[in-house]
Amino acid sequence: MTTKTAKSRPVRWHIAVFLAPAVLIYTAVMILPLFGTMQLSLFRVENQISTFVGLDNFRTLFGDPGWSTTFWNALKNNLWFFIIHMLVQNPIGVLLAALLSNPKLRFSTFYRTAIFIPTILSFVIVGFAWKLILSPLWGIAPNMLDAVGLKSLFAPWLGQERYALTTLSLISVWQFIGIPMMLIYAALLSIPDEIIEAAECDGITGAAQFWKIKLPLILPSIGIISILTFVGNFNAFDLIYTTQGALAGPNYSTDILGTFMFRTFFGFQLQVGDRNMGAAIASVMFFIILAGVCLYLFGIQRRMRRYQF
Amino acid sequence: MMSRTMIAVLLASSVLGSAGAAYAQDVTLNIESWRNDDLPIWQEKLIPAFEAKNPGIKLKFNPSAPTEYDAALGAKLDANTAGDIITCRPFDKSLALFEKGQLASLNDLPGLKEFSPVAKSAWETDDGKTTFCVPVASVIHGFIYNKDAFEELGLKVPQTEDEFFALLDKIKENGTYIPMAMGTKDLWEAATMGYQNIGPNYWKGEEGRKALIAGTEKLTDPEWVDPFKTLARWKDYLGDGFEAQSYPDSQNLFTLGRAAIYPAGSWEISGFNTQAQFKMGAFPPPVKKAGDTCYISDHTDLGIGMNAKTKNPEAAKKFLEWVASPEFADIYANALPGFFSLSPAKVKMEDPLAQEFVSWRDKCQSTIRSTYQILSRGTPNLENETWVESANVINGTDTPEVAAEKLQKGLDSWYKPAN
Repeated sequence: MTTKTAKSRPVRWHIAVFLAPAVLIYTAVMILPLFGTMQLSLFRVENQISTFVGLDNFRTLFGDPGWSTTFWNALKNNLWFFIIHMLVQNPIGVLLAALLSNPKLRFSTFYRTAIFIPTILSFVIVGFAWKLILSPLWGIAPNMLDAVGLKSLFAPWLGQERYALTTLSLISVWQFIGIPMMLIYAALLSIPDEIIEAAECDGITGAAQFWKIKLPLILPSIGIISILTFVGNFNAFDLIYTTQGALAGPNYSTDILGTFMFRTFFGFQLQVGDRNMGAAIASVMFFIILAGVCLYLFGIQRRMRRYQF
Repeated sequence: MMSRTMIAVLLASSVLGSAGAAYAQDVTLNIESWRNDDLPIWQEKLIPAFEAKNPGIKLKFNPSAPTEYDAALGAKLDANTAGDIITCRPFDKSLALFEKGQLASLNDLPGLKEFSPVAKSAWETDDGKTTFCVPVASVIHGFIYNKDAFEELGLKVPQTEDEFFALLDKIKENGTYIPMAMGTKDLWEAATMGYQNIGPNYWKGEEGRKALIAGTEKLTDPEWVDPFKTLARWKDYLGDGFEAQSYPDSQNLFTLGRAAIYPAGSWEISGFNTQAQFKMGAFPPPVKKAGDTCYISDHTDLGIGMNAKTKNPEAAKKFLEWVASPEFADIYANALPGFFSLSPAKVKMEDPLAQEFVSWRDKCQSTIRSTYQILSRGTPNLENETWVESANVINGTDTPEVAAEKLQKGLDSWYKPAN
């Protein structure tokens, strides 16, 4: 009887073999460091000996007035950084994609390339170029504003507490606008012509066609872009570091979680690096991003209606 | 034929060469340093000068990149592969090496006794009893000015603070030049060239600095708030958009001849000498009232010490004794104008601008930057906070009182004075 059990399928080794390289590499470079960071955040070095302190580092981070003000300030700035991206980068990205997908547009390949190029530039170049453009001494921004008689509008934005963060957010938007544009552009191209034709038969054309037909069809892509923006923004660091330095001046007004973590972990000038507190901040960043992504996945993604063509 | 003679010659020379080495029993001392810019000075001037006088000791200068030095040196010391001679960073970084037993105490080095306490302060234990590096170089703060511009406008070097501001007013009125080239974007300019530059005149140099460490003075006391008040007045004399002006911007503004005065550190001298097309002069931070004692920031920057585990302690001591000698000081200071010798011996400088800077040592009291010793060991870090607050004061974001209060609060949160 026992021999007559359902013919067991051969073990499908090839699946494991094909998955192995990706799993191994991902584990080695992503998962292990992640757990290493979290482990590091539970220790503290006292008298050159690393001792387990439980959640004490997190208590310091949230409870100590010195640490917590810096942390909340960085989180608030990071949120503003994200909001600017959501309000400016993504709508403009969608708009550009809609314009580009218009078959009547000439030179669309050129525009597409030109708009996408900043995305592949290094942060250092972007930061340096914009620092020069906006420089009150040698920049072209004051001269250009002068040429149209608006010199009075110019201010040393990067040096002013009120404007520095918004300016940097807009620089980042300029750099990364190509990503939402390309993703939406691809989504728009994948809409079958039959649907568009059917819409036209029903008399829906132009802007109405975009709002009523195309936009609902590209909503999943917009969702993906939002979550990519969220993850990217809360991991951001490079642009602020290259333009404002590790102290994220003026008066910490451009300090985001990434720069705060960098300063703490590696130290700066006379400040000695504190790996354990740095790891605690990195862990908090990870949990913030995790919470955001979960919220999106379970709250929004699952309820989104999908259309099968 | 040719090749055979060549081989013979080579063989002979190598045999003789090694015989010579065995005879002299040469000792080679390896020098660790972050000053890779100084490699030519060592190879062309310092090493030949030392080797000529000390046959049997060879020197090898092995610099690494400044940003990698601390980590690389730490690893090498732990693995016992570090050189015999160590170039010392000032304060806590070297102190940590000494406490780990990796830098040797130099208390028995005779040449060291002559050095001033300020010079030694960067490389001694907190109680001041043990010194572990020979002080080599320091940088002095002051103001560099455009001599041609001063002549053109008929201006005189200011002695007192009132004269200083009157002078700035005149330059501003005339309008040809930006009175002062400084920006707050990079933060440290405001603190290092601003607060630490003019401050010693207010807190009386070492006296105030020591009192701050002892806890008998607070950053909220008038002598520490007043420099902020003066700094706040600088705002009106800086260039348009100084909030976004970075350190290289300030340097260029001055060397292009667009600004009249540059709050400076002496390390600028060699760079400015090659860039500026006009004559330059320098003056120390002006004092409150004519006749007041003047104080200057004469900040210790570089020392040379000995690896505690070196295999050639005798040779290393001999070398350090030479580093403490006037001969070394003379060569070093003249090769690098702007990095001033900390040696007690009089060094004759050739660069006129450097001469001007170093002459203040005779009439003024020297001190180091107030935040460097002991006070920047915790979080929030006093030095870094001073950067932020100095910029805030000039930008007008914080009043001098608020800035001082914030600094003191940050310091109080982790620093408890010894008594």
